[in-house]
Amino acid sequence: MTKPLLVFNKNGIFCEQANVYLDPWYPVDRAIISHGHADHSRYGHRKYITHHTNVLIIKHRLGPINVTGKAYNETFVINNVKFSLHPAGHIIGSSQIRVEYRGEVWVFTGDYKLEDDGVAVPFEAVKCHSFITECTFGLPAFKWTLQSKVFEDINHWWATNKEDNQTSVLFGYSLGKAQRLLKYLNTDIGKIYTHGAIENMTEVIRPMVDFPETTRITKETTKKDLLGNIVLAPPSAHGSTWIRKMVPYVTASASGWMAFRGARRRRAVDKGFVLSDHCDWQELLTAIEATGAEKIICTHGYTEIFSRYLREQGYDARTESTQFEGESSESETKEEVDKAS
Amino acid sequence: MRNFADLIRKLDSTTKTTLKVKALAKFFENASDEDRVWTIAILSHRRPPRPVNTTLLRKWASELSNIPLWLFEESYHIVGDLAETIALVIPNTESHSDKSLSEYLSEMIALKAEDDDFKKTYVTDHWRQLNYYERFVFTKLITGGFRIGVSQKLMTRALSQTTGIDEDILAYKLMGKWDPNTISFEDLVLKEKASDFLSKPYPFYLAYGLETAAADLGAIEDWSIEHKWDGIRSQTIIREDHLFVWSRGEELVTDKYPEFHPFATEIPNGTVLDGEILPFPDKAIGTFKDLQTRIGRKTLSKALLEKTPVILKVYDLLEWKGDDLRQQPFVKRRAILKDLMSSLSSKDLPIYLSEIVECQSWDEVAKERDRAREMRSEGLMIKRKDSTYQVGRKKGDWWKWKTDPLTIDAVLTYAMRGHGRRSNLFTDYTFALWNANGEELVTFAKAYSGLTDAEFRKVDAWIKKNTIERFGPVRSVTPKLVFEIAFEGIAKSSRHKSGYATRFPRILRWRQDKKIEEANSLQDLETLIPV
Ligand SMILES: [Zn+2]
Ligand SMILES: [Zn+2]
Repeated sequence: MTKPLLVFNKNGIFCEQANVYLDPWYPVDRAIISHGHADHSRYGHRKYITHHTNVLIIKHRLGPINVTGKAYNETFVINNVKFSLHPAGHIIGSSQIRVEYRGEVWVFTGDYKLEDDGVAVPFEAVKCHSFITECTFGLPAFKWTLQSKVFEDINHWWATNKEDNQTSVLFGYSLGKAQRLLKYLNTDIGKIYTHGAIENMTEVIRPMVDFPETTRITKETTKKDLLGNIVLAPPSAHGSTWIRKMVPYVTASASGWMAFRGARRRRAVDKGFVLSDHCDWQELLTAIEATGAEKIICTHGYTEIFSRYLREQGYDARTESTQFEGESSESETKEEVDKAS
Repeated sequence: MRNFADLIRKLDSTTKTTLKVKALAKFFENASDEDRVWTIAILSHRRPPRPVNTTLLRKWASELSNIPLWLFEESYHIVGDLAETIALVIPNTESHSDKSLSEYLSEMIALKAEDDDFKKTYVTDHWRQLNYYERFVFTKLITGGFRIGVSQKLMTRALSQTTGIDEDILAYKLMGKWDPNTISFEDLVLKEKASDFLSKPYPFYLAYGLETAAADLGAIEDWSIEHKWDGIRSQTIIREDHLFVWSRGEELVTDKYPEFHPFATEIPNGTVLDGEILPFPDKAIGTFKDLQTRIGRKTLSKALLEKTPVILKVYDLLEWKGDDLRQQPFVKRRAILKDLMSSLSSKDLPIYLSEIVECQSWDEVAKERDRAREMRSEGLMIKRKDSTYQVGRKKGDWWKWKTDPLTIDAVLTYAMRGHGRRSNLFTDYTFALWNANGEELVTFAKAYSGLTDAEFRKVDAWIKKNTIERFGPVRSVTPKLVFEIAFEGIAKSSRHKSGYATRFPRILRWRQDKKIEEANSLQDLETLIPV
């Protein structure tokens, strides 16, 4: 029996033929990176290969690194193995990684979602034999509503808070969620203020996407400036001293976990908006079907449950454990946020 | 239903008490009398008997959502609430229901007698037709147990705003046994009737922890000292040859303590006693652990009753010969109580008087407090001799002076794997206390010792099943378990999120008898800071 094209070893997802890792979690020689979230793009690799857009993002996050940018659908060959990146729709610059050797095709999704969010290039299904998929929200209890409806709710919430003379504080991860929220905030209601971590990241992305105007919160920003306006902040700012400046304020969190009533109470936010950059249950099933793959490998999320269901549907599905973390802590490390506040 | 679902949505979408009360008061204002009664009933956990068993509900939900039953069960396991799981997995619609809450409840009461086919059609039709929140509320009404962060106290406050009736009086009216199906809003809330009062307890008067040096309370002659017993606070009512035993959580627990059943005939009618249920193995007061073997048991085996009998240690008399004594001074109530107890002494009943400890000085009081361990008490109660019996937690007249170490009941919120031989178990815990408005849990201490291996294994298994999120090695868990945390010292600290730093925190015991609502608050912690 020949060795599988991709294996999971202690450093990450490894292609031995090309001596390349996909989103490795320990330092390696050569890494192809799906997207800029901290659990997928880590420090310490000698060489990074990623999408052009993501080059800017990971340079911002990781500092001076040796990185090569690629376009979507551009094939590059390493020791006879053909690699290419394809839109994953997860966040701006996110890719699925296609790996082909002697006619056998594998696709690693990184993180992905199917809905076109207007910021990231929308997901494109790639035909393959083996599909390595995340399943962060791989439970039938997760069903997203269209983002247009969610943003209507968010803007309505902001407007109501403003009427009540309250500042709205909306939590979302600095990379991805924050920009997606920002894009659809209605500036007829008021001004958009940002936490430093979000402003820094948005500055990187602004040249590529049309965003409304934002104002960075600094030491000089007063309560009066903020009153009635909206503040975009990373989740870790909740409960910090930084947030006291917003008083009187109302908090909300935008995340897939907000689908659970308990999650909102536990995060102690006033309001939860169900908005995720990952696939819901049905999206996962749709995506898998579209790849035509027979072998499915489930990584982070409800892997055991999801792969059992896939097996019952006739797929050859199994799980592999990784160090990817899903929507809870993916986007930034605590230090990155603290530095910027 | 639309309005009620809307109310639940509003209550769900704020953590602020004032907004919750406002939403409730507004709902009460606009609701019909029938809906008002049912809302009070539901929010005080008086739901009609479950019309459909949950096994059927799970089966139907998995069919309707076109997923295998095991997958439904796994989802339920993760979501943690059956009604919420059902509401989540069933395909969505945006439609509304025009039926009222009370119409739904009448239908559900009638549904109980129907056959399974009829039930299935009724339930699944509604699931299909109701939008997410209404579907959730509808299913919640079937399965029971609304927990939406609205205490009886908040509901009473809202009702008081709507009706203009005093909160304490309302609390009293809403206690005890009443049937939402037959009682009118007029009878329940607006009108008073003597017959309603048979089982009704009085609201408990609760003491604060001593905030100053005991001597600062003034002349010792003004105070009465007794031990603070470490059992279940309870109110025992004997009226018209009936016995009712209430626990502090306003639960009727008469059936759990058959030892007390002779009280119905042996203690004069029109008597209400305030006291502590204590374990009494080998004819001596046992530990709280002993009592835990009795708590939560559905059936009481003969062996258990023999091994761990209970007694009632009484310390106050709230009603005598049918008269409400609560406005009488404490010493007067105690004098009658003492007479009553001596009249019972020949009868060999499991009832004992909590003795007053005569102290001539605060030094003597402190010495008595040092005897707490030997007395199997938690410390002392210091009650002003002329104090009336008040409602709820009030400062000034009653104080508890607990023994060292300082202890507090906290909620488990995060867990991490242990080290060494415990590295395969989650044994490092983070605990939280309630914030000022009782709506948010704030982390205050980490502790990783104090439980037995067997207990750690049990908690570990629970953690694995109740993980909300994983952050690397740390898991956040559903706030559900309460532990008594002991520590050697406490000081204010700006470096800690709670504002307090504790010294050598450790787990004293797992309070399986306590709900998270009964855990302590940061204010309680503050009262432990020595002055
Ligand atoms: Zn990601
Ligand atoms: Zn991920």
